[in-house]
Amino acid sequence: MKSPNDLHSGNGAHADWIPLLETATREVFELMLGCQLTLPSEHQEAGDDVTAMVGLAGQLCGVLSVRCDGKAAALMTSKMLGVPLDKVGADVSDALGEVCNMVAGNFKNKIAGLAEGCMLSPPTVVTGSDYSLHSLAESPGLAISLLFERMPLVVSLQIHS
Amino acid sequence: MPISALIVDDSSVMRKIVERSLRQAGIDLTKVLEAGNGAEALVALRDNAVDLILCDINMPVMDGLEFIKQLPTVPNAKDVPVVMITTEGSESHVVEALSHGARGYIRKPFTAEQVKEHVVPVLGGKS
Repeated sequence: MKSPNDLHSGNGAHADWIPLLETATREVFELMLGCQLTLPSEHQEAGDDVTAMVGLAGQLCGVLSVRCDGKAAALMTSKMLGVPLDKVGADVSDALGEVCNMVAGNFKNKIAGLAEGCMLSPPTVVTGSDYSLHSLAESPGLAISLLFERMPLVVSLQIHS
Repeated sequence: MPISALIVDDSSVMRKIVERSLRQAGIDLTKVLEAGNGAEALVALRDNAVDLILCDINMPVMDGLEFIKQLPTVPNAKDVPVVMITTEGSESHVVEALSHGARGYIRKPFTAEQVKEHVVPVLGGKS
C-alpha cells in the first residue's frame, strides 16, 4: 500500500527526499518526545494554529516548516519537557521551533553533501491562522502528513534552489 | 560525586531537556546554570565555577564555536570539559569544535543514553 505521503511531492522533483523527510521527523519524535508518529489513512490538513519555520541556505535553499494545531503543539511541549499539559505555558512556540530545527537538521544530515553545505536559520514561529504565506520557490516543494497522538501534523519543504 | 553544570542554548526548552537528560543519565547535579548564548555563558563563568559545560553551536550574539575559543580567557573555566550539543552535523563543525578544546559532540535529536555516553567519560570519575 502506498503511503499518503507518496502523493505529496509537488511536481515530482526531489520525490526521493520524501522518505528521508519522514524518517527525519519520526526520529525527532521518537528520541525527543518518546512517541511514535503514525500515518493517516488519507491526507489530513493540520489545523494552522502554530507554524514553525526554519530557513535553509547554501547548497539547498528553502524553508522547512512544521504545522499543527495549538492542542498538538501544547502536547508536544508537555512531552518534551516531561511536565503536565496544563503547565506548558509560554514554552509552546519555543518547543515547536526546536522540533522544526531538529527535523531540518536531521533531514539535511541524511542527504549526501548537505550536512556540510547547508546552514540553518534560527526557527521562526507563527501562531494564529489569519495569515497568508507567499513563497518564491521555484518548485511546489514536498510535504508529508503524519499523526501525532491522532492529531494531524504537516511537515513541508519549500525548495528555492 | 555531585557536579555542577552550565547549559548554553538559545532555547529554554532545550536547556530544560538537556538538564533532564543529564539527570536521567544518572548524573548527580547539584547546581545547574543556564545561558542563552556564548556571551552570557562567559559572564556566568566569571562568577561561578562549574564541572561541566554543555553548549549549542547555532546561537545569536555569540555562537558555540566562538564561545569555546574565548573560554580559555576565563581563569576558573579554562579546564572545564565542554560537550557540544547541536543539530549541526557537518564534519567541519565537529573538527573545529574539537580543535578548540571541546571534549565531545552530541547531535540533536539525542537520547539520555547518548548524553551519558558522551558526558560521563569527560567528567573523569566525578560522576
